[in-house]
Amino acid sequence: MTTRELLIQATYLVASVLFILGLRSLTAPATARRGMQQAAVGMLLAIVGTLLHEQIVDFRFILLGLALGSAIGYPLGMFVPMTAMPQRIAISHMFGALAATLVGISEFYNAGNGGAVGHARMAALGFEVLFGALTVTGSFIAFGKLQELLPGRPLTFKGQNAANGVLFLVTVALFVWLVVEPATPWAFYLMAALAFAVGVSLVVPIGGADMPVVLSLLNSYAGLASSATGFAIGNNVLIIAGALDGASGFILSIAMSKAMNRSFGNVLFGAFGAPVESA
Amino acid sequence: MTILSLYVFVLAGFVGYQVITRVPTLLHTPLMSATNAISGISLVGSIVAAGARESTVATVLGTVAVTCATINVVGGFLITDRMLKMFHTREKPKAEERK
Repeated sequence: MTTRELLIQATYLVASVLFILGLRSLTAPATARRGMQQAAVGMLLAIVGTLLHEQIVDFRFILLGLALGSAIGYPLGMFVPMTAMPQRIAISHMFGALAATLVGISEFYNAGNGGAVGHARMAALGFEVLFGALTVTGSFIAFGKLQELLPGRPLTFKGQNAANGVLFLVTVALFVWLVVEPATPWAFYLMAALAFAVGVSLVVPIGGADMPVVLSLLNSYAGLASSATGFAIGNNVLIIAGALDGASGFILSIAMSKAMNRSFGNVLFGAFGAPVESA
Repeated sequence: MTILSLYVFVLAGFVGYQVITRVPTLLHTPLMSATNAISGISLVGSIVAAGARESTVATVLGTVAVTCATINVVGGFLITDRMLKMFHTREKPKAEERK
């Protein structure tokens, strides 16, 4: 292991510990703010560690992206009124998930459109793009409902469950096919497109009042997508932060629906396969 | 390598679960906002994609991804901070009672 590699891994390790400590502190009102700061420092360390990576040869575009993102993110964070908080989280979420999706697509493209991808790596990439893409559109619909750009009531139509079920099954079938046969670009891009549609179909039937629960669940999906990225590129901090996010988002959405006196399954009704609801 | 990653994933997921159970209702929204900011960790993957110069497509997608993830991270942490600042003073006595 070179010194550089050692340094990267050390920053990642510290970042992961800070994420865990931060989350823990965030569960008590007295320490919540400190927890958030710990998590933020962890994020900064993870970024600095990544910049040391020897794979990175060109910093111009990274800096451009960081500058642009900060310029857009700062007003989003500072000037949005407190009452518009849930929809702001939704839109910020959409951006995070979009990043994971795009990284998945570029990885697939770089590996000769799937030609040089092994089965295990394809599973990770497919998972990443699948969960990333459905989180993008899901968050966007949630944003629309909260901002009242879309009607807040559940949108339903005849045969909706059947249509959603077919859509979902086709998407999963494409995913399975890709894992078996990674070098099928059309299946990959079709799966990505369908995953965007799945995100819409998941959130459209859910009422505006239940959106916070949905947001938290989408948060968990985005975490899983990040974790999958970590598997695909062999990066532990991604796996750890993603898994933390995935698990905590899931638990949080259950806790939230309980606090609202709604059963978790009920909130997701129409969203097929709510896996565990008796937690 | 993959098996080791799986270990890391499962254990980290378990930690996430343990850490979050028993969070007071009051902190649901800030916690959601903070985990949202942490999900911006996809920035790490984006940076590699944007800087590795493997192909033009990857660089373009990577740059867009870095931008998006940065929005998520910067906006996410700022908003969480604002939220927590808002009820920090009010909540302090309650927290001490709990101890």
